[in-house]
Amino acid sequence: MLKYLLEKEFKQIVRNTFLSKMMVILPIMTIVVFPYVTSQEVTDVKVCIVDNDHSQASQRLAQKVEASGCFSVAGYEPTYGEAMKGIEEGSADIVLEIPRGFAKSRGRGEEPQVTVAANSVNGVRGGLGSQYLSAVIAAFAAEEGGSEARAAQGMAAGAGPATLYRYNPTLDYKVFMVPGLIAVLITLLCCALTALNIVGEKEAGTIEQINVTPVPKSLFILAKLMPNWAIGMLSLSFGVAFAWAVHGISPLQGLPSIVLFSAVYILVASAMGMVISNYSDTMQQAMFLMFFFLILMMLTCGLFTPIESMPEWAQKITTLNPMRYFTRAMRLAYLRGSSPAELARELMWLGGFAVVLNAWAVASYKKSN
Amino acid sequence: MTRMRETVIHTDRLTKRFGNFTAVDHISFDVGRGEIFGFLGANGAGKTTAMRMLCGLSRPTEGSGSVAGYDIATQPEMVKRNIGYMSQRFSLYEDLKVWENLRLFGGIYGLGARQTATKTDEMLCRLGLEGERDTLVKALPLGWKQKLAFSVAIFHKPRVVFLDEPTGGVDPAARRRFWELIYSAADSGITVFVTTHYMDEAEYCDRVSIMVDGRIEALDRPAALKRQFEAPTMDEVFRRLARKATRQSD
Repeated sequence: MLKYLLEKEFKQIVRNTFLSKMMVILPIMTIVVFPYVTSQEVTDVKVCIVDNDHSQASQRLAQKVEASGCFSVAGYEPTYGEAMKGIEEGSADIVLEIPRGFAKSRGRGEEPQVTVAANSVNGVRGGLGSQYLSAVIAAFAAEEGGSEARAAQGMAAGAGPATLYRYNPTLDYKVFMVPGLIAVLITLLCCALTALNIVGEKEAGTIEQINVTPVPKSLFILAKLMPNWAIGMLSLSFGVAFAWAVHGISPLQGLPSIVLFSAVYILVASAMGMVISNYSDTMQQAMFLMFFFLILMMLTCGLFTPIESMPEWAQKITTLNPMRYFTRAMRLAYLRGSSPAELARELMWLGGFAVVLNAWAVASYKKSN
Repeated sequence: MTRMRETVIHTDRLTKRFGNFTAVDHISFDVGRGEIFGFLGANGAGKTTAMRMLCGLSRPTEGSGSVAGYDIATQPEMVKRNIGYMSQRFSLYEDLKVWENLRLFGGIYGLGARQTATKTDEMLCRLGLEGERDTLVKALPLGWKQKLAFSVAIFHKPRVVFLDEPTGGVDPAARRRFWELIYSAADSGITVFVTTHYMDEAEYCDRVSIMVDGRIEALDRPAALKRQFEAPTMDEVFRRLARKATRQSD
């Protein structure tokens, strides 16, 4: 019986032109486009400089800011008040005010105070922008003061520690994001496909035709699961291929882990879609339910914000998010080449989710009411 | 039909409630083998709910019933092996070809690939649809789809076939052809349980029951009902009974 059901599913998938487009477009969107748009690296911060000193030293500082690569100078204003107008109008992100007598007091060996005012409506931009700017100013102070060693570090003045970044030496944001985005890709695709497929049968009335036949529930669900698993693995390969071709990110020795974790996680995501479809009668209902859960899962999976910095209670909630374990496993496999044995804890969690959710899917699928 | 032959459908005070609403209210009847049993009633009278209970799609709240010898409450999966069902909504897979639909349902009932293939050819020949073997179902006209859906419902030679308003939306000629199929199925020993809104179709049935507000108000051969209500047509019989309804139709 399974053979006939599978045959039917595969024929329907092959004939569904929308689906085949999704399978190509979704990996392109998530893996090729998203890493650029989700980047939290702050560049091109617009600085408005108020130079009250008009000395050579103050001009050198302004040049250094401009030359740092992170900033573009939005303009020079005569007073702090006028510079603030620029921030209000949105033409500047940060105001740098150099006080009168800046050069003189430096000449006396003092440390004159410059004022940095950042627009923090966009917290990341304001925060990181002012940090960069402080670093530039500190480096300037160190250079001018002659202590080259501190300047070389480009960090805030003081005995800066030497930092060596392991696994992602250049701190490239994409290297960090792409494995997580592959997790997003698989979640979106497998959850949506399953949910919409089953609700589609409900809307067409064909599921009722199946319900009056002796097809066992578990067999029907298995027949839905297997093609989706194949599609999930296929889109994983697209994702991995795109990541390598476009961003040059390849999974080191982590490939066995990536394949194994995806194989298990697809079952989790599909089962979720199935549970959602069992509680929805229409496509709209299924879509809303799905978006609700997907958004929650994405925000708490540690993709965009580290789980460790969430409040205690929120961290507890994330333990119930299967995507959290998958995202972590994908990152470790990609960046560190971790083997399945090293990720045993994550694998156990995901395996547990797969069993529980699939059991729930079979139990909540009612052939009669 | 004088004395009842072997009983295929039996219900005893079968009832279905949804909360406070009693959709089907203590209905009892028997249907014999090979009989064409018309199940009439206004919209909202409870026909579809009763039929869904008999098909094992809906569990009875009260009372009991059996179909093909199996209890509908405790052995719904056994019931499902022995029945065919054609719902109000046309429900073959539109994105599968004609032969693929037959292969799927043949496979589900365990007919085997070879047997399904020969039966498919036979059936399409009988329906005059040989040329449409490789056509996607969605490309067929409605009348053909209905004939095909009926043929799928009886493809595995069930003991009973349930038809829920099978001829909605097609012209009288197509309806007549559809009833020819029903007659030939009944002749081969398949019991036909059919709901309809067309009173001319009611005349084609061996016996009809008329449901009003969840209860069966009349049950007999069409000729006997007309005599009982002193009405010239089934249409008139139906109208007299339906007038008693207090429930709003949907």
